[in-house]
Amino acid sequence: MKIYLKIWRQKDANSKGGMVDYTMDGVESDMSFLEMLDVLNEELVAKGEEPVEFDHDCREGICGTCSLMINGRPHGPDSRITVCQLHMRSFNDGDTIVIEPWRAKAFPVIKDLIVDRTAFDRIQQAGGYISVNTSGLPVDANAIPIEKDAADASFNAATCIGCGACVAACKNASAMLFTSAKVSQFALLPQGQVEAADRVMNMVRQMDLEGFGNCTNTGACEVECPKGISLENIARMNREYLSATIKG
Amino acid sequence: MSGLIKSSLARKYVMALSGLFLVIFLVLHVTINLASVISPDFFNEASHFMGYNPLVQFLMQPILIAGVIVHFVMGFVLEIQNKRARGISYVKFQGSANAPWVSRNMIYSGLVVLAFLGLHFYDFWIHEMAYKYVEVNPEDPTRYYAETVEKFAPIWRTVLYVISFVLLSLHLWHGFASSFQSMGVNNKYTPGIKKFAQAFAVVVPLAFAFIAIYHHLNPITH
Repeated sequence: MKIYLKIWRQKDANSKGGMVDYTMDGVESDMSFLEMLDVLNEELVAKGEEPVEFDHDCREGICGTCSLMINGRPHGPDSRITVCQLHMRSFNDGDTIVIEPWRAKAFPVIKDLIVDRTAFDRIQQAGGYISVNTSGLPVDANAIPIEKDAADASFNAATCIGCGACVAACKNASAMLFTSAKVSQFALLPQGQVEAADRVMNMVRQMDLEGFGNCTNTGACEVECPKGISLENIARMNREYLSATIKG
Repeated sequence: MSGLIKSSLARKYVMALSGLFLVIFLVLHVTINLASVISPDFFNEASHFMGYNPLVQFLMQPILIAGVIVHFVMGFVLEIQNKRARGISYVKFQGSANAPWVSRNMIYSGLVVLAFLGLHFYDFWIHEMAYKYVEVNPEDPTRYYAETVEKFAPIWRTVLYVISFVLLSLHLWHGFASSFQSMGVNNKYTPGIKKFAQAFAVVVPLAFAFIAIYHHLNPITH
């Protein structure tokens, strides 16, 4: 396949970036999208040019590191996958593919397609934890009875890999799906109740401090989330926050 | 207003609650308006009551105006904050791939409804305030029906009203159900709430449009 690429290039955080055109010949349909970029980079290095910097790690869809806006959609055109799971068979010979970094004030570009997502780490640090002994002694966590539905919903929330596709997809660059998933995974379990009120207040405060936008319930985040995190989590966070505010 | 309400979630509650309040007001408004088609006498009575009851005039009316102001000022504040949160725009952004048009363009449907409110206030509210408090005319419980029908004589006003009701419908289509999600309601009743809210978003603006067109087509002949 012959593929035309338009890629955002930016030397560093302080430089002004822009789109640069590349043409690739001989792209195989069974290549992953990241392998296609690897090949492009090999060609650029061979020509003595700077390779395109992009985030990647496990390449198995579980680490949440890859983060590309492909033709205007986070992680590309397919559903419930990350970029590393996207293959070139999803594109056609002669296609033009626009590749950009996540765009959010809270996710500043470090270089090319790599953005700084430490804002998510700070939200997590603000309350995404429980202060109980998890060693299994003296009480085994598995010995605490938990309703099946709550356990499942908590597990589903915990599958969030923190990739930031929700922020990238949201027209408001809101981080409510991420934050609500991290609030929910604890709010649904008995071990999470002790710090429930402080957790939601602190995590939402940190989310606002980072400069993410407001949620307007468009649902774009849920559609683009590679792990299918549900809007029910945002509603749960809204309830938790309201309840924590009323209780003071 | 954003300074007073620092939390993004608090702003969400304010938008949802003021929106739900305005939805309740719409029910009252459309009910009285429908009377103008069914029973002009009842319409006159109801309008006179609304216009001269002190509780309505000096308590409910200011609360309603405050509700409208809070809703649109907060809407503007959120829009500005949300635009800033993106920073640099995407070269290519497929918003339609993951969210319906109505949910992504609430600011535009809201702006049309706000502009309509300006016209509507000019047409009825300012006239009413002038009649009662500036010109200090005597009470006339029989004037409302004729005044209303007369307003819809020009085709341009009827068309502007109908266009505004279409945009109101789009605004309600997303906004009504969305306010429940904002208040934390997302459970087994949510599909039912969505269906009800979308039916409301069609039926109520349709009724408003019908009334405007009906009065345009049925002028009072002396």
